[in-house]
Amino acid sequence: MDYDKKDYKNFIEKKSPNSKLWRNMLSSFVVGGLICTLGQGVGNIYKNFFGLDEADVRIAVPITMIFLGALFTGLDLYNKLAKYAGAGTLVPITGFSNAVVSPAIEFRREGFILGLAAKMFVIAGPVIVYGINASVIMGLVMYLFGLVK
Amino acid sequence: MNKRMGNQTVAFQSEVRIFSTACVAGKKEGQGPLGKYFDVVMEDAEWGEKTWEKTESKMQRSALIRAVEKGSVEVKDINYIFAGDLLNQCISSSFGLLDFGVPFMGVYGACSTMAETIGLSAMAIDGGFADCAAAVTSSHFCTAERQYRNPLEYGNQRTPTAQWTVTGAGAAILSNKGDGPFVTHFTSGRIVDMGISDANNMGAAMAPAAADTLDAHFRDTGRSPDFYDLIVSGDLGLVGKSALIDLMYEKGFLISKNYDDCGCMIFDTKRQDVHAGGSGCGCLAVTLCGFIMDAMKAGRLKNVLFMGTGALLSPTSSLQGGTIPSVAHAVALASERM
Amino acid sequence: MEMFWEYFNAFWVGGLICALAQILVDKTKLTPARILVGFVVLGVILGGLGLYEKLVDFAGAGATVPIMGFGNTLAKGVIKGIEEKGFLGVFTGGATAAAGGITAAIFFGFLAAIFFKPHQK
Repeated sequence: MDYDKKDYKNFIEKKSPNSKLWRNMLSSFVVGGLICTLGQGVGNIYKNFFGLDEADVRIAVPITMIFLGALFTGLDLYNKLAKYAGAGTLVPITGFSNAVVSPAIEFRREGFILGLAAKMFVIAGPVIVYGINASVIMGLVMYLFGLVK
Repeated sequence: MNKRMGNQTVAFQSEVRIFSTACVAGKKEGQGPLGKYFDVVMEDAEWGEKTWEKTESKMQRSALIRAVEKGSVEVKDINYIFAGDLLNQCISSSFGLLDFGVPFMGVYGACSTMAETIGLSAMAIDGGFADCAAAVTSSHFCTAERQYRNPLEYGNQRTPTAQWTVTGAGAAILSNKGDGPFVTHFTSGRIVDMGISDANNMGAAMAPAAADTLDAHFRDTGRSPDFYDLIVSGDLGLVGKSALIDLMYEKGFLISKNYDDCGCMIFDTKRQDVHAGGSGCGCLAVTLCGFIMDAMKAGRLKNVLFMGTGALLSPTSSLQGGTIPSVAHAVALASERM
Repeated sequence: MEMFWEYFNAFWVGGLICALAQILVDKTKLTPARILVGFVVLGVILGGLGLYEKLVDFAGAGATVPIMGFGNTLAKGVIKGIEEKGFLGVFTGGATAAAGGITAAIFFGFLAAIFFKPHQK
């Protein structure tokens, strides 16, 4: 080979078009912001019309957003929005829902047990695994050092 | 009689012809610039099947049936089928070609499969081991996506260098009699790995393998790029195509005049939102079995060199941080024998 | 008018968190799953330190809807668990607080898989 591997990588990096960072950031800002605004609206509806207290609103809003994420994923709309929004649809809790629902829909063809159910957390599982682990480690530290009474 | 030329090339001494071809393509491919050359354009991604894997099998089966009909051959006269695809254990081929009852050689060359199977078929015929052999391959956007990447409903932004797997299947029947373009040379490629590990930039990973094989072909045969009316690579896409032109220039060959890439030909990369172009076994298969064969039969192209380019990664090797070994195989076609 | 600022703050804080994640998507080799894991762990840490709750007070859903809010929920749950149950709370607090979200994802995911078919592209 005339090239060594490092040269080739540099050569390819120059050739490969870059993502349009500013455009992507703008669309993820707008879409992500709108999803959060929707969450705020949903929370206000629960508070003002259903009389939920603050603690219950904090539980009800994620459940509602997860429902909406699942619905839009099933209607094949979430991924179309994600193509433009990028992290704007990835980071909100609706993106977590999308990550759970999309493999469930797709792997149903491999069966309800080993397909749908087994593959459900193939993408979103790490979020729960590391989220829970981080909280347990944090809890242990707090408990052992007596930071929580 | 020595049939070998140089290190990597064989020259066929007897008449080996691509006698009949047929292809089946997806809807998006049908809407592309080459749409009118496809025998069958599927109306949807399922094509009446329950799973996409079954659809892909049906595509291979239909392509071969169509090629048999077009060439008016009997299935029993086919001595071997050489076939492969991208799915684990090549299930599209094994399920799709089950009913033909022809001895089956499963081949895995990733996206280079069309060139590899045609090369092997030609070797079997020129070696006197077969009178007639078929080369079949396929790829399907939905099956490839779920095996290599993410579920289709998962919201994911594709990078600008990502390529779009072509939904298509091609079948070529080779024979030592009849008519159709001659297969004159087969340059089989070595595995080349230049350390690219980004599975969203396959063209970049495969371009060095393509350059290696192309260089070997020109050295072994003593031909220059000008000899051919058209040199096509399988699925390098926009990035790989441009890289190959540069790599060949550095090796002393100017190919930009008569070279193109099926991944750039099959889709309108500006209009069809496929980022860096098409990819997959079906990309070369439908371009060859549709457009190129049509042009050769009509006399618009006389000498063609087509090269399948395959990225030999698996989801496991990618997860383990592996780079992307690649291979390219080139087959020379001529409408007249010298 | 107060209502407007509530929505406005949710919009720009939530949007900003997403835009920062977009930089990671485009400028690093990190896969989306890794970025989400990073964000949720960051949420746990900020939640444990009591900092994230300040952001929630300011931005409301702009802070709770991004996945970092899920980390914050876990952290707050663990703290509450320890307060109520002592050492056992380390293990029960997080999952208890996150139960609604995880159960919703499992249940709606299952329903969606029954009612919807994967779409061709």
